[in-house]
Amino acid sequence: MVTLSPEDALSVSDLRKSYDGNEVVAGIDFRVTRGTCFGLLGPNGAGKTTTLRCCLGLTVPDGGTIRLGGHTVPEEAEKARANVGVVPQFDNLDPDFTVRENLIVYGRYFGLSNAAIDARIPDLLDFAGLVGKADARIQTLSGGMKRRLTLARAMINDPDIIFLDEPTTGLDPQARHLIWDRMKQLTTRGKTLILTTHFMDEAERLCDRLAILDHGRMITEGAPRNLVATHIEPQVVEVFGDEAADWAREHDTLGERIEVAGETAFFYCQDVAPLLSALHDQPGLRYLHRPATLEDVFIKLTGRELRD
Amino acid sequence: MSKATLFSLPRPGLRWLPVWRRNFLVWRKLALPSVLGNLADPLIYMLGLGYGLGALLPEIGGVSYVSFLAAGTVVASTMNAATFEALYSGFSRMHVQKTWDAILNTPLTLDHVLAGELVWTASKSLLSGLAILLVIAMLGLSASPLALWTIPVIFLTGLTFGALGLIICALAPSYDFFMYYFTLFITPMTLVSGVFFPADQLPPLLHAIAAWLPLSHAVQLARPLLNGQIPANAGGHVAALACIATLAFYVATILTRRRLLK
Ligand SMILES: Nc1ncnc2c1ncn2[C@@H]1O[C@H](COP(=O)(O)OP(=O)(O)O)[C@@H](O)[C@H]1O
Ligand SMILES: [Mg+2]
Repeated sequence: MVTLSPEDALSVSDLRKSYDGNEVVAGIDFRVTRGTCFGLLGPNGAGKTTTLRCCLGLTVPDGGTIRLGGHTVPEEAEKARANVGVVPQFDNLDPDFTVRENLIVYGRYFGLSNAAIDARIPDLLDFAGLVGKADARIQTLSGGMKRRLTLARAMINDPDIIFLDEPTTGLDPQARHLIWDRMKQLTTRGKTLILTTHFMDEAERLCDRLAILDHGRMITEGAPRNLVATHIEPQVVEVFGDEAADWAREHDTLGERIEVAGETAFFYCQDVAPLLSALHDQPGLRYLHRPATLEDVFIKLTGRELRD
Repeated sequence: MSKATLFSLPRPGLRWLPVWRRNFLVWRKLALPSVLGNLADPLIYMLGLGYGLGALLPEIGGVSYVSFLAAGTVVASTMNAATFEALYSGFSRMHVQKTWDAILNTPLTLDHVLAGELVWTASKSLLSGLAILLVIAMLGLSASPLALWTIPVIFLTGLTFGALGLIICALAPSYDFFMYYFTLFITPMTLVSGVFFPADQLPPLLHAIAAWLPLSHAVQLARPLLNGQIPANAGGHVAALACIATLAFYVATILTRRRLLK
């Protein structure tokens, strides 16, 4: 159990939610310290979006307690949402409006006056890298621009807490980096970010702490670096080639743990020297030696089978 | 969702106004031309049938057929405008564009969204009704100051059909679903509610049933007012429309909560 403390931006305890008899959120506990970035990392269908919807008071959980920005959710969700920004998983900008109109109309939902919104728009456009696009129609924006506008829209009420549901899914590398940069800026300004993603590099790069979610359960939680240190051997060697699988089975003493997926064998090692010298004598095999990452932790804990 | 939350009475207060303003802004930008479109269809029927068919017909209740038809046209086109807005535009905002989802991420709730949509729908249909009223006045088909009372009747009619439309919107899996509502409800109702011919021409049983339909109440308010008479049982018809509107809005709220907040 997590003790609820008013200092936390968000605390969730024993959260449960079922759909049609399926427990898609099955007892989740976490807390997010103000001014930090917290990640919910999990494959498709893990329950990330459902968890966020519960936190925002958009669906009533079957069990558990939620406090968001000092308010109890769902009871005081309206008050809580007044100080929250949301970047939803799927863009829902108003296609009939220009960039500026999208911001104005959205600001009004927070009870802001036109003057107050107008005053914020230049900063928001600057933040979103959309200077000069104020009067552009939404259809003329690229995917990355739309995502950034959605992020700017989420900032219209100058919230302390921002939820981002898969903010970079479907974006090209340049566009992802720009979003990451803006998210870094937000934490620098003291904002609290709650991020869902299935990109390991994104989680590793941005999150102070993260929880790995699978089938509605939290498998582990902690700082990305610590998760790698606790759950997995520090070195990984990936061996590729037609004979990789067979070779790996014959040399299974060369790694603490070995996994085979298709034509690749993964050796997880404390000490890679013996493995590398053995590989040296195998010109038919190619290999890649790298430090262990969050992705290795994730795969170890959630398995390799496909999700959809 | 608990039963208490699902069935709690909507309490939108006045915070629905930004939702109304959003729809108004879209309409101002894009839909102004559609007013002409909305207007043309009912006017062609009213004038074509009214003067063409009307030349063959005797007076009805002391007025020419075109004057008789004018009152029916006002309420029927109000009904159609409200129904189209709540069904097609409402569904597009709820399901296709996810506009409502965006709003739900702000401090507003679904109650605010639905109240804003309802009042917007009634506002837009009021405009359709008013435009036809204006043509009626210009053609000299109604000259009584009592005709001004049709304006609140039009708004109430818009609220009623807007609320009924929001029920259908909440139930719809796709746009195709709306055909059933038109074919099974709106079109037959238009035929039996006294829009085109006096409802007492109907077989007595059908007449008795038709009298309960919301469009009948609207016709029985609008027609005497346009002809310069105070409607018989005006209070009863207003109360009936108000009851249907209130009940329908409550049902629409419950169904939409069940759909979006589960
Ligand atoms: N409204 C709903 N009705 C029924 N099932 C749902 C609903 N929302 C989510 N689910 C199911 O719950 C599971 C978790 O979904 P979700 O929270 O969207 O996962 P994620 O965001 O991690 O991909 C999925 O199996 C999904 O099909
Ligand atoms: Mg999701």
